[in-house]
Amino acid sequence: MNRRELLAAGGAALMSFGYMGRLYAAPAGGPRFLLVFLRGGYDATNLLIPYSSSFYYEARPNIAIARPDPASNTSALALTADWALHPAVRDTLGALYLQRQAAFVPFAGTDDLTRSHFETQDSIELGQPLQGARNFRSGFLGRLAQSLAGQPAAAPPISFTDSLPLAFEGAAMVPNLSLKNVGKPPFDERQAAILRDMYAGHHLESAVGSGLELRQEVALEIADEMQAANRSAINTKGFELEAERMGRLMRDKYRIGFIDVGGWDTHVGEGGAQGTLATNLANLGRGLQVFSQSLGTEWANTVVVVLSEFGRTFRENGNRGTDHGHGTVYWVLGGSISGGVIAGEQQPVSRASLFQDRDYPVLNDYRGVLGGLFRSLWGLSKDQSARVFRDVPPLDLKLV
Amino acid sequence: MSQRGGRLMYRAALAAVCAWLLVSSGCASGPARPAASAAPLPNLQRNDVLWLQRVTFGLDSATLAEYRREGRERFLDRQLGAPDGALPPPITAQIQALEISHADPVSWLAAVNAEHKTINDMPDGPDREQAKKTLNERGNQLAYEAIRRDLLRAVYSKAQLREQMVWFWLNHFSVYQHKAELRWLVGDYEERAIRPYALGSFKDLVLATLEHPAMLQYLDNRQNTAGHINENYARELMELHTLGVNGGYTQQDVQQLALILTGVGVNAGNTPRLKPDLQRLYVRSGAFEFNPAHHDFSRKTLLQHTIEGSGFGEIEDAVTLIVRQPACARFISRQIAGYFVADNPPPLLVERMSGTFMRTDGNIAAVLRTMFLAREFDAALGGKFKDPKRFVVSAVRFAYDGRPITNPRPLLNWLNGLGEGPYGRQTPDGYPQTELNWASSGQMSRRFEIARSIGSGSAGLFDSEDGAASAPGGFPQLSNRLYFEAVEPFLAARTKAALDRATSAQEWNTFLLASPDFNYL
Repeated sequence: MNRRELLAAGGAALMSFGYMGRLYAAPAGGPRFLLVFLRGGYDATNLLIPYSSSFYYEARPNIAIARPDPASNTSALALTADWALHPAVRDTLGALYLQRQAAFVPFAGTDDLTRSHFETQDSIELGQPLQGARNFRSGFLGRLAQSLAGQPAAAPPISFTDSLPLAFEGAAMVPNLSLKNVGKPPFDERQAAILRDMYAGHHLESAVGSGLELRQEVALEIADEMQAANRSAINTKGFELEAERMGRLMRDKYRIGFIDVGGWDTHVGEGGAQGTLATNLANLGRGLQVFSQSLGTEWANTVVVVLSEFGRTFRENGNRGTDHGHGTVYWVLGGSISGGVIAGEQQPVSRASLFQDRDYPVLNDYRGVLGGLFRSLWGLSKDQSARVFRDVPPLDLKLV
Repeated sequence: MSQRGGRLMYRAALAAVCAWLLVSSGCASGPARPAASAAPLPNLQRNDVLWLQRVTFGLDSATLAEYRREGRERFLDRQLGAPDGALPPPITAQIQALEISHADPVSWLAAVNAEHKTINDMPDGPDREQAKKTLNERGNQLAYEAIRRDLLRAVYSKAQLREQMVWFWLNHFSVYQHKAELRWLVGDYEERAIRPYALGSFKDLVLATLEHPAMLQYLDNRQNTAGHINENYARELMELHTLGVNGGYTQQDVQQLALILTGVGVNAGNTPRLKPDLQRLYVRSGAFEFNPAHHDFSRKTLLQHTIEGSGFGEIEDAVTLIVRQPACARFISRQIAGYFVADNPPPLLVERMSGTFMRTDGNIAAVLRTMFLAREFDAALGGKFKDPKRFVVSAVRFAYDGRPITNPRPLLNWLNGLGEGPYGRQTPDGYPQTELNWASSGQMSRRFEIARSIGSGSAGLFDSEDGAASAPGGFPQLSNRLYFEAVEPFLAARTKAALDRATSAQEWNTFLLASPDFNYL
């Protein structure tokens, strides 16, 4: 939905608020979706540990996570007879899993075999067939927002990033703003109007309008936050603070969100129960927990998917790290999902089942996994689903 | 008051302010020139101004005067030849005063390594924390010095095209300051690996980056040793630096190149003791090291060519082989055209640039010449959105027109705010150079805020080193002779209308810098 459509939809009530007014909140209820993109190819094998595989322990002499042991808090947290969770997310993701609000999809990923971060991130965000010409102006979240626009269940999109990700290309207008550092709104109503008029008819018109508007909106949200902070004991910072703000914006208005988190390319010294990967996972886990809390009752209507462009080599490399791999593990979180399961097609983890004797195979295509969730969340028709991912049909993982 | 009346009063106020600025600081060199030459030459076209804005980091009076004197082709050849990189004396003095202008990064690296060791051996506690903090601040200071020098040169150097190419290549061979000890090395990386080759031979450039500790630390090749293969650098060397992702190499080629690159690493300490037959093959230059004891001497096959195991010679052979691939000529030409011409540059132009690249064995200046004088280049003028660096540098060039600033830190803050912080790209692909990546809604409003910061003169560009405001503040004079000569005649009607609605000079400046006219070239 672009700004003009918003104005038309909001009608007179919105107009009277004018630029300085807060945009109307979306009605309560209705599905919400957040995509968390871990850029750099996170080491899924040390997040969801195949602890029943002796080959895992052979292949990772220095960085493997110890088998589940209730007496040790640096050991993995058993989820099933085969799979366990990294201890750094025991209290966050682990807790959500036990409440059936988290599920993991191993052997997930893409058919892109370049093992290049950039190529694979792009191809996933575009969500188009690898063969043939690709349209860089069309990302899968953009197509999702487009296919929902104009319906009663229209889903305003937002990207919590400094720049607009490829995934959102093609939607009429997607506002974006990193919530790391935001201050007072910079322009008054008259100045904002002049700036907008300068871009009237220009192809950046809606970006300019929406950017000025969102700054205003978020400034008001932050003002609320400062007031709330005086009353609550929660002292969040870093990603947790961002996640809390994201949660409130998605609770009040936006329905499709995107954020990316970097720092996962652990070629050297990735660590085991402690270390680089553990720290990153712990931060992310805490942030997602805060996100779920700040959505309040709308957490029950929300689904979060955490994914990465690829997994990493099953064996550790010569530098106690891991190199670019193939299959990975996706996370699905949500207040009312049928979680507490390891979902999707699977196979035993052994040397023989590795792809190219190197990494996890992909048995659950990202388009199938995401397309299936979108279909269930919004009740998409076959045509709508095909518009989002044209070459892979939705996969029903029975999570939503 | 009617709008028109307001505008006239405002013009009068502008003139007064300008007169004051001239007296107090000698700011604008433009208005100080004789009025007789003030009228634009009849032949100054919109495309001249746009062309000039692309070759340089943005308009200033001196550049425009040189263009008018020399004409397009001679102007270009002066920029491409051995350009005069002279800086205003106060800027030279600022750069001379930096530590990075004098010290040796090898000694720093050795000191940092020693300090890391000391800190590791210290017991937990406030002393250890203090030592870590001191070391960290030292790194930040040296990285800032490198950024500061680069920004000052970008704004003030007469060799504007070289400065743009330094930025282009720094981004092409991107390194991230917060990995390993890179903050101690980035200044040297720019100075010795990038700058000397920015307009020279592409192969020399690749080899210079390959032999720089900053790149070897960033892409982990110092850990790539025989029996402990790390293919990170090998992959990016082909994917990002030379051939492009579809450049015709395979996973097998990546693994073979990784073997070729074994033993290429960093050493800031003593030369290792090797057996005599290996000692002959040892290479050392500064903190760069090729250690044959870590090299895999097997025979390799790269891009269907056999490379016999011989030592460092393999690396030179491999780079020569790679940069002579037609895929490399195409990829590099496409990248350059993507930055200077259009997000999707005309394929025929890229093909001609590739032809020049092949014919000249990768002579960068020759490729640029083909591009800047092409018909397609002229046809694409006006449609390229400025990336944050070009926006920020061009705004300061235009606003202060040669007047030396004393504090470039606001420029760094603006670049960080717009998402293009120097040495700030975590991933090795460098910042993308398409409008798509810089003109989202959030970035546009951020850009307008920066336009206001520059336009209102509130940023502190003339503060002294210690952060105290020293020079008389005031705001820049954007409505100056340069504006009336090269900007005003070509302004869009909507921009003119917006400028007419400004209620102060600061606001007028803000609108001009925020306008589509200023943000496209």
